[in-house]
Amino acid sequence: MPEVLEHSEAIVEACLVEAPHEAAVETAERRAREDLRRQIGRLERSLGELFASAFPRRGFEWNVGAVGGPRVLSTGELERVRDALAVRLHDARDELARQADVEEANRALLEGMIAAPEKHRWLEISRREIGESGCGSYQSRPRLGILGMLFGWWRIRLSSGCPLAKGLRPPAPWARRAADGEEAAQAAAPRRAGAGERRAGGQAQAGPRPA
Amino acid sequence: MSGEPPAGQAPEPESTGGWISPELAEEFPGLGLRELLVERGSGRSPREVKQRLQVLSDRFSGAQAINMRHQPIPWAYRVFYRHIGLDPDEQRTPVEELVLERMKRGGFVSRSLLDDALTIAIIESGVALRAFDADRISGVLGIRSTEPGERLEGRPGELPAGTLVIADAERPLALLFGAVGADRGVGPRTSRTLLVAIRVGGVPQIAVEEALWLATEVLRG
Repeated sequence: MPEVLEHSEAIVEACLVEAPHEAAVETAERRAREDLRRQIGRLERSLGELFASAFPRRGFEWNVGAVGGPRVLSTGELERVRDALAVRLHDARDELARQADVEEANRALLEGMIAAPEKHRWLEISRREIGESGCGSYQSRPRLGILGMLFGWWRIRLSSGCPLAKGLRPPAPWARRAADGEEAAQAAAPRRAGAGERRAGGQAQAGPRPA
Repeated sequence: MSGEPPAGQAPEPESTGGWISPELAEEFPGLGLRELLVERGSGRSPREVKQRLQVLSDRFSGAQAINMRHQPIPWAYRVFYRHIGLDPDEQRTPVEELVLERMKRGGFVSRSLLDDALTIAIIESGVALRAFDADRISGVLGIRSTEPGERLEGRPGELPAGTLVIADAERPLALLFGAVGADRGVGPRTSRTLLVAIRVGGVPQIAVEEALWLATEVLRG
């Protein structure tokens, strides 16, 4: 028994010596985790802002990947999340800058095309290619068809925009309501389907396309 | 002005605070849980609620969906998802899940009174809401980490130790922002619904109260 007591006392003494150290480590780790969480919050905000700025451009990867949860992450895991967010943000900024450069070049080309359509025969630049939303396009075309081609009468035509609404019929509840005579639902449903169609049909092109 | 409800009208239910285990409270100071009991189950949505959903659908545009990520409350949930190891682009936050559905289907689709009430409250407030069958819960709800060997009813296998769950006094009822245990959610036989709002750091308390009030208002008609 005295041995046990001695042993217990030794453990207690050891704990008393080590406790402040362990507590300090724990406090430091908690502060590190708090700091990492703040950094993740800031990166997430920046990524969200970039997401909004980048729309409707395509070609971005936004997913960061999960480390698995829901649970309290360790410092190392939080660092991994932070680093992955930072890499994603960096890549997205680079991609946005690259696309902005392409759009700037396309805008310059469009200005040149408007100034001298005959020098850019049949060249077509879509609104997306100059960073605008919608699905219209500018094209250098001859006035009066073959006559214009022969005499060199070229002009810029802006297409009439997006194709007419098509797509799937609205889901059943909307259809039922339309059948009940709720005109608002009936009128709204095809417009929304059309919006989806426009997005699907309006993918960004790699560059201006001559016909 | 006595504060008493008018004759014939049931008193407004009041929300109560749930508990957060001490280690989680220390780790996530903003984490909180608020619950509110509603003396009714779900059922079919009345015409007014369906109309309200449609008005909400019409009010909600693509531009709002795009800008949602950096609005304070949706952002706070996204950040908290990252903090607990979830990817909000794979497992969507409640409000983003609904917004995505609105964009894909062209509107908020009516499913049941409870679902519609939650949709309206979540979209209006941005706060994450859950609902449980109040008669199948013992004690006050809270958020804690699981111990080794704990299970979520209706799911095969044990939950990994340390998984964050919503639990009552006896067992885990649902994963935090995830699946609900079998028979713990609201079903056709539910007569009393417990609405639960999960608050995370950066979400004001007033928004949580508003979310619960909105859902209750729709449920009570």
